[in-house]
Amino acid sequence: MTETKKTLFASGHRACPGCGVPIAVRSILNATGSNVVVVSSTGCLETFSSPIDLSSWEVPWIHSVFENAPTVATGVLEALNSKGNPNNTKVVAICGDGATNDIGFGALSGMLERGDDVLYICYDNEAYMNTGVQTSGATPYGATTTTSPSGEYSFGRDRTKKDLCRIALEHGVKYVATASISDLKDLERKVKKGLEVEGSAYIQVLTTCNIGWGFDSSRAVEVARLAVETGVFPIYEYENGELTNVKKLKEKKAAKEYLSCQKRYKHLFADEEKNKEHLDYIEQLTVQNVTKYGILASK
Amino acid sequence: MKERISVIEGSMAVAEAIRACNPGVISAYPISPQTHIVEYISDFVADGTYKGRFVRVDSEFSAASAVHGASAGGARAYTASSSQGLLLMCEVLYNSASTRLPIVYTGVNRTISAPISIQPDHQDTMALRDTGMIQIHVESLQEAYDAHIQAFRIAEDEDVLLPVMICMDGWTLTHAFEPVKRFSDKDVKEFVGEYKPVQFLNPKNPITYGAFADEDKLMEFKYLMVQAHEKAKEKIVEVASEYKEKFGHYDGGLIDEYRTEDAEIIVLAMGSVVSTVRAAVDELRESGKKVGLVKIRSFRPFPKEAIIKACKNAKLLAVIDKSLSLDVGGILVSDVKTTFYNEDKKPLIASFIAGIGGKEINRKVVKDIVADAEEIAQKGKVEKDSIFVNLNTQFI
Repeated sequence: MTETKKTLFASGHRACPGCGVPIAVRSILNATGSNVVVVSSTGCLETFSSPIDLSSWEVPWIHSVFENAPTVATGVLEALNSKGNPNNTKVVAICGDGATNDIGFGALSGMLERGDDVLYICYDNEAYMNTGVQTSGATPYGATTTTSPSGEYSFGRDRTKKDLCRIALEHGVKYVATASISDLKDLERKVKKGLEVEGSAYIQVLTTCNIGWGFDSSRAVEVARLAVETGVFPIYEYENGELTNVKKLKEKKAAKEYLSCQKRYKHLFADEEKNKEHLDYIEQLTVQNVTKYGILASK
Repeated sequence: MKERISVIEGSMAVAEAIRACNPGVISAYPISPQTHIVEYISDFVADGTYKGRFVRVDSEFSAASAVHGASAGGARAYTASSSQGLLLMCEVLYNSASTRLPIVYTGVNRTISAPISIQPDHQDTMALRDTGMIQIHVESLQEAYDAHIQAFRIAEDEDVLLPVMICMDGWTLTHAFEPVKRFSDKDVKEFVGEYKPVQFLNPKNPITYGAFADEDKLMEFKYLMVQAHEKAKEKIVEVASEYKEKFGHYDGGLIDEYRTEDAEIIVLAMGSVVSTVRAAVDELRESGKKVGLVKIRSFRPFPKEAIIKACKNAKLLAVIDKSLSLDVGGILVSDVKTTFYNEDKKPLIASFIAGIGGKEINRKVVKDIVADAEEIAQKGKVEKDSIFVNLNTQFI
């Protein structure tokens, strides 16, 4: 086993220092291997990975527009099928949370409803980062973005994060999972599992954004881990509609620990008394997650 | 050469041509009056006479996206739409053209809301004028059949590699019944050829599609498309001529001239109205009027040289537009004016806006247009930017 594993996502791309996305993409491609076609929506990943003559993609890759990656993936798959797909080439879509939750939601729903044999992976950095940190359907409660800033009349984003995994499940998707860049082995295992499933599979991977969330570029993985350990971002797997695996915690950390290390929540701590209801509500959401997914390991 | 002539619906003529060309992937979303085309294709899927992949999708936007992916994936691909559906596709169509994907579309011409109407005019495909795709307008069911077969050859030519949209008037052509001469699938396949993509999404030779361009490369992409359009002009004529050799039909290359040699007034038009104009020209010729017709077949690329050659000796060109650029007037006429602007010898050019929202253009209407044109020619000056033909003055 001395052979050096060839990375299928070349370095030298234009991602911001400390970006969580290339960490996830490298692992995803480790898991898929080279017999794959990757489809991406417009977004951070497309922008930083695909300048002409400087593409990082060592696998065939296509980007069309913002909101059509699921259907472009369907088209690629059907082109393969039209020739019998003799090499069993897989099709994987890797798209941001804005493309997934908002602008491409219709196309994604269409693809999941058809059950096309595509593994769709949403890299979730919880806002439109490529355009300068605007609120998306995946932006969590209380976070500030450039279109949900805090102020005298605002505590930031006033809605909770859209639950895309649940929506995917409601489409009858056979494999639905979450992952985080704080556990890449888990991510790779899930990608492999998603590829094995016949029909659509959906994985949502938390990819931190130090620029948009406001933390030091050295802490990408640490902050992602805190999201898991506080119950903010539960890690689970659904197979055939059943919850089959959950990342267990010995103890749940308080949401505050995760929130307070990011500038996007800074306003909530400027006057904790005033924002108590919001901080309590976020804590309550994490407790709900812990209960819902049975996250605490029984002692 | 096996051929058969039978009376069939326009949509069937298109569906049969597409089946014979055997795309690997067809995707569609229903909209009137495109529906019969995709219903017939669905029948072919059900009865096993079409063996490619047929993808039913959630919108026209997704139909355009599915064939985009399929074409990049190495398959011959086809879809069809109309009106609002074509507008919804628009973003992807720009993208497909710039990605140089040789997809074939039927643009079933129907007006755009509001007010909502399902009647034909050319506003919908005109909105796609600058996408980069090739647009060919057809006049008859026979031409619709022929043009779809030719379209794959044009689109897939290595010097062209652009999407081709065959524009055909909704209802007037899609739902009409006419005798159509069809050829065996074997002969059509032989003419179109096996699809061999120049490049595609292939794990054995990974390439990047839809890359990010800095400012030193984007305009260059567009310039290469302009060059491809120039090549397409040759290719459209070449393919039409080859088609004639093999099948005996010639519907025109870039344009088709009719009785233009000595014509003082030439009517320029696109689509199904051309047949009406041709009949009116015959009648006007019988009464001694020197009237001719130029059918614009290829709207993009725009056949400037061919139009100049056909029309330079006329006194006046009467351009019929079934679409409108508000305030400026007809869209086709603007291109015709531009074509002649730098020429030393140029005819007068008069604009007639007609048939918008399905308003009827029969032989009498064409003759009225020619009568107005004669009057303008006599005056020697075009005074009105555009003449709106048969406005319902009681309504406005």
